[in-house]
Amino acid sequence: MKPGFLSKNPSVLWFLAILACFTLVITLLSHAYGPGVISTSMVKTLGKTLCLCLIAIAMDLVWGYTGILSLGHFAFFGLGGYMIGMWLMYERTRDIVLASAGDFPMTQQEVRDAIGTQIFGVVGGSDLPAIWTFAGSLPMQLLFVVLVPGLLALIFGWLAFRSRVTGVYLSILTQAMTLALSLYLFQNESGLRGNNGLSGLQNIPGLAADQDHSSVWFLWASAFALALGYVLSAAIVSGKFGSVIRGIRDDEARVRFLGYPVEGYKLFVFTLTAVIAAIAGALYYPQAGIINPGEMAPIASIYLAVWVAIGGRGRLYGAVMGAFFVSIVSSWFTGGRVPDLPLGFYTVKWVDWWQVLLGLSFVLVTLLAPKGLSGLVDLLAHIRSPRRGGTPMGPDQGSLQQEEARE
Amino acid sequence: MHKLFIWLAIAVMLACPVRAQDTSPQSGSVTSAPAPTGLGAILADNAQKIARPSRMTIGPVIDEIAASGPGASRFLQAWADKRVGLRESDDAVFIIKRVGQDYALSDPVTGEDAGTAPRSEIKEVKPNSGVRALIGAALVKFLLSDPDPSKRREALQAIERDGEASHLAPLRASIPDETDPKIKAEKQRLERLLTIRFGKESAERIAAIESFGSDTGLDLRGTLNPLVATRRSAFAGAPEGNVADELKPGRDISDAEAYALLVEAKMAPARISASEVQRALAAHVVNGQVGGLPLSEMSDPKAREQAYAALAKAGEVPQRLTDAEAQKLVEAHSYADIYAEPDPDVTAAAEAGLTRVSRQVSLMQGADLGLDALSLASIYFLAAIGLAITFGVMRVINMAHGEFITMGAYTGYVVQLFVPDKTLSVLVALPLAFAITFGAGVAMERLVIRYLYKRPLETLLASFGISIALQQLFKNIFGTQARPLTSPPWLEGALQFNDIVSISYIRIAIFVLALVFLALYLWVMRRTRLGLEVRAVTQNPSMAASMGINPDRINMLAFGFGSGIAGIAGVAIGLFAKVTSEMGQDYIVQSFMTVVVGGVGSIFGTLAGATLIGGLQKSIEWLNPSNTLAAQTYMILFIIIFIQFRPRGIIALKGRAAGD
Amino acid sequence: MITRRNLMISAAFAGTVTMTGGVAFAQEDDKIKVGVLHSLSGTMAISETTLKDTVLMLIEEQNKKGGINGKMLEAVVVDPASDWPLFAEKARELISVDKVDVIFGCWTSVSRKSVLPVLEELNGLLFYPVQYEGEESSRNVFYTGAAPNQQAIPAVDYFLNELGVEKFALLGTDYVYPRTTNNILEAYLKDKGIAKEDIFVNYTPFGQSDWSKIVSDVKALGADGKKVGVISTINGDANIGFYKELAASGITADDIPVVAFSVGEEELSGLGQADLKNLVGQLAAWNYFESADTPENAEFIKTWHAYTGDDSRVTNDPMEATYIGFNMWVNAVKEKGTTDIDTIIAAMPGQEFPNLTGTTAKMLPNHHLTKPVLIGEIQEDGQFDIISQTDPVPGDAWTDYLPESAVLKSDWPGLDCGMYNTQTKTCVQKKSNY
Repeated sequence: MKPGFLSKNPSVLWFLAILACFTLVITLLSHAYGPGVISTSMVKTLGKTLCLCLIAIAMDLVWGYTGILSLGHFAFFGLGGYMIGMWLMYERTRDIVLASAGDFPMTQQEVRDAIGTQIFGVVGGSDLPAIWTFAGSLPMQLLFVVLVPGLLALIFGWLAFRSRVTGVYLSILTQAMTLALSLYLFQNESGLRGNNGLSGLQNIPGLAADQDHSSVWFLWASAFALALGYVLSAAIVSGKFGSVIRGIRDDEARVRFLGYPVEGYKLFVFTLTAVIAAIAGALYYPQAGIINPGEMAPIASIYLAVWVAIGGRGRLYGAVMGAFFVSIVSSWFTGGRVPDLPLGFYTVKWVDWWQVLLGLSFVLVTLLAPKGLSGLVDLLAHIRSPRRGGTPMGPDQGSLQQEEARE
Repeated sequence: MHKLFIWLAIAVMLACPVRAQDTSPQSGSVTSAPAPTGLGAILADNAQKIARPSRMTIGPVIDEIAASGPGASRFLQAWADKRVGLRESDDAVFIIKRVGQDYALSDPVTGEDAGTAPRSEIKEVKPNSGVRALIGAALVKFLLSDPDPSKRREALQAIERDGEASHLAPLRASIPDETDPKIKAEKQRLERLLTIRFGKESAERIAAIESFGSDTGLDLRGTLNPLVATRRSAFAGAPEGNVADELKPGRDISDAEAYALLVEAKMAPARISASEVQRALAAHVVNGQVGGLPLSEMSDPKAREQAYAALAKAGEVPQRLTDAEAQKLVEAHSYADIYAEPDPDVTAAAEAGLTRVSRQVSLMQGADLGLDALSLASIYFLAAIGLAITFGVMRVINMAHGEFITMGAYTGYVVQLFVPDKTLSVLVALPLAFAITFGAGVAMERLVIRYLYKRPLETLLASFGISIALQQLFKNIFGTQARPLTSPPWLEGALQFNDIVSISYIRIAIFVLALVFLALYLWVMRRTRLGLEVRAVTQNPSMAASMGINPDRINMLAFGFGSGIAGIAGVAIGLFAKVTSEMGQDYIVQSFMTVVVGGVGSIFGTLAGATLIGGLQKSIEWLNPSNTLAAQTYMILFIIIFIQFRPRGIIALKGRAAGD
Repeated sequence: MITRRNLMISAAFAGTVTMTGGVAFAQEDDKIKVGVLHSLSGTMAISETTLKDTVLMLIEEQNKKGGINGKMLEAVVVDPASDWPLFAEKARELISVDKVDVIFGCWTSVSRKSVLPVLEELNGLLFYPVQYEGEESSRNVFYTGAAPNQQAIPAVDYFLNELGVEKFALLGTDYVYPRTTNNILEAYLKDKGIAKEDIFVNYTPFGQSDWSKIVSDVKALGADGKKVGVISTINGDANIGFYKELAASGITADDIPVVAFSVGEEELSGLGQADLKNLVGQLAAWNYFESADTPENAEFIKTWHAYTGDDSRVTNDPMEATYIGFNMWVNAVKEKGTTDIDTIIAAMPGQEFPNLTGTTAKMLPNHHLTKPVLIGEIQEDGQFDIISQTDPVPGDAWTDYLPESAVLKSDWPGLDCGMYNTQTKTCVQKKSNY
């Protein structure tokens, strides 16, 4: 980090301050550390939302800054969740197996078999597949959280960027990737319990605390990861590196002609964001409690793109705002707590009409407010886009970095 | 409720006499049964069994009835057609016929009219399909020479399903008098099949087998395969019986399998498994010690072996066979596959017959698979052809394309609500679906897409928004249940080339539709002014505009055209699959891949893409028939890799047409 | 920036305001709260909305009768949107925020497994109304749908004994219920002397629509002269394509019988008359059919039609399961005069209530019901003709046909354990391993 980074990026400080306040307020109002105004399920929802904000930052890096519309980042998110989920399930089951074993000591093999029966009994199996070899070791699985999605992104990205797959094609290709992965995991043969996925992840083995406490701890961890991710991303996009990737977004060919290894840059960003997504996933699923392949369906990644679009691309806080706003509003509407809207001839039940509203708001935001919610920040801070006549600035008019946008 | 109770009560009360009858000798053959005292008596005796027949026990009753002389055939037919009823008051059996709210009764023995009875007094007898098959088999001898050809066919069908040795004689007898040449041919075929199964002389059976040549009929294979069915067993000396194959442990079967065979034949003791050892040890813990070793060491498998050996030596647990001893036992015996059919000449002929047809069969299976692949390809093509215009030509990513398909299917459903005639309704639905989705497409282009031509990636987002809004809207309007969309009667059934190769007419119709649209697309794009203008606008809008073409209008029409085709595809897809609000989702990703794999901008590319994807999916399904999901996974994986090596698809546009 | 903070706060509090209101008054309130946890949107909405309506109807009926012990019932409906993690979240909300006294909900096994840890942690009470794969018995769940031995095994027995089927095709959608059920069936069939080669298994994805290859595979099974039967655990609307293909290929129930475990009146309504005509005689195994001829059923259907205002709405098996579970719970609450979860859980086993098919359902110590097994033939009007009905069969939480499960049993009142190993005489686990 160069000196002057923070002064050049005032939004980072603002962001960290708000995040800290937010976390503190939630903590003090929670069941565990306060009067319990905010229920544990709400704390979990907020904690999960922070993880979604983190993956939204990753998406913003790869799409808003580098111009790669990846529709597959939830694959990495899910993989991260699976990797940590394997450890959680294995350890918890091992505790159960050992507790019920009785006096006669079990051999290593017997313990493993019993764990296999417990975990896979529900999908009609009993053998522990080879991919569970290291499931008993937390450090190994934590390493896998980063390594497996990172490697997948590296290989996939290398293949795709090397053969100059760009734009829409790349989007469809990433979508195919996440679809293939989710279909693969849907199969029982993949060894991760097929459609059932891994469940009961909210119970952390070896942790005596109740859910009231552990959910607040996870909120802290998510907030910390989000802060870290934000600062890291801000550091990346503010320097020369940032200029190059924005250049790639606006005109890839020109950057290449200037002598930059465009593929290398893209591959780095793609892999890095995959790792960030995986870490977000590894924090998300222990709070959600269950992961199954449906989480990686292409639609999830499209939603991710929508969050970032609604929040405003090309600014990190925009991505966070989009993810936070949409997922909180979504859970509010599906909670069945929104009063019906009587129109006289027809009563609008929000459970039925919320999706319609959401869909139409995507359209409106795309059409009318390409800067998304973060455009509101511009309004407040009196930042206006420079009025440069002639051709539009880039293929994505909305994706301006805050410095560029200043008049 | 009351009725049911009464029925249960009656059933229980009557179960006793029925039981008593069951104990009488059930040889099942007609000759050894006591001389029947006429149909009426049999029916009266067995009323309860007839009312609630079970395939396990009804056989003797059916045989008795069949042998009872006059009226038997009429009664059995009525019984099989669920036209028999039981009067609740006295358990009298009647042949019944619905007349308004009542039943017209007729006597089962004489067929004479026996008045009417209200529905509440009669319990309909509903034999299940297993019992119906038995009745059918018993009816064979009556119906084989029935004047009504359809009855004769019924009899032949019954033989086909459940042929018995007793059918052979009446069948043979009925052949010379058969007038209908088709039925005659069928009878002759069945006669030969029955001869193979039940013929007395091996010569006639072998002759019958050979007479079929390389016929691939399912019935023939169904007859031959049981002849060559084998059983694997172990023998103390040389294998006995009609040996199909001698097996050597270690070469043909593993030692473990061989040992299992020995255990099965009770020629060797079952081996004591690890878990049994564990249980035995756990049961012999004395003062924290097992077999002289401390309990804490029992987590080591070797220590367990030792402890068990010690216990076995002390005689507290049964001895465990060592591997060497087991091996010795395995080697001391012989193993073989034995034919169930004792006649070696017949099995040899059957094997030869099967080998003859096996090549044919696999060729046919290949052909069938090819048809399936072609059909799937045409469905993908039909779903993707609209995208070939909106995405391939105009470069607009329309995520709502799937919803246009759904819209078309729902149009078909709504039309069928108002037009009951299926043929007419489909004829109305096709253009209507086109019109409605054309309108929707035009509206979408005017309201949303046209503002986003410079931002192609954002059309993806906006159209995705439209997609989820439409999907929910469909749910709100049509509900979440699947809705019926029925094809006209002339599209029912399948075109059967033979027992293996067949394809349903509806799939053929979709194939034809796909071809029609291919032709239509080519005609519109290459032969009409609209096509020319569309091509001009997509290649260079400003140049096209300066030549006097209105790009706005052209874009609108082209988008509407693409959407309209999606609507028609929706009707077709709804006819063969389901109509739900989410059906479009099933096709959207596949359709995009079809277009991308084929090569954007070329209709023949889309065609090639659909063929590749359809063919590939079917071949993977063929390799792994038990898991269709795997086929889809590997197909997508293949597509990903394929695009890495041919990023522009199978048919890549070159030069100016490529656009960049 | 202010905007954003406002947003966050308003969003965070919008949810909590109502929640705190609930916390304060739940205990004094004269109302008994009933949570309804069924998806109202997403893929499962197709099946689950019906059950939500059923619960609401039962509550309305109960309130017409004056509620329970003078207290009115109040439904709290949430939408988990076919999203499995959301099921856990909503269940937590129902129990800890809305303080509901009982939850009726879930359809898929995944959703149940997602909810289980929350129920066991917060000591909730769930009535699960759908036929499922067994291998589970939680203290906090009552399973009012069929276990495999109450649906699958009797249906296979019917195939073996009544239809003389010698070769089986087990076709299923690729998820846990078909997987486990087929595993149990495979073990059971081998037990009955059916060779491994005579069992063909195929799994298809949800919503599969291209069935031509699979149908011709099934047809080809007949090549060795054995009678082929299909056991279908195909789920939801994938059935429509399957039956259409079956009908088109000219396979009748007499050639290859198909028995389905997930096809009810509701699914058949997605098929047209012409397709149904070709399916006449194909089978389904359930514990209830709408065509059951009893006064209770007639009354139930009448109430249902009146409640929905639509005479064409069909009733189905999970609705009956909801009906039985709801009434047993009502009776237990009446008896004990409280809705306290532990008291009710203890009072449930032994409860009896007449089901809709003329017999009596009894809650067993393993939290499963006794249920009669009905086998129905599809008729042209989309209804089922009941051709076989057994006496009520006790539900078995742990199947006897898989070696690992055969040694397990569940007995909450007696052993206080849902997974008791009868061999080692230990309780393997008191809480479920999800």
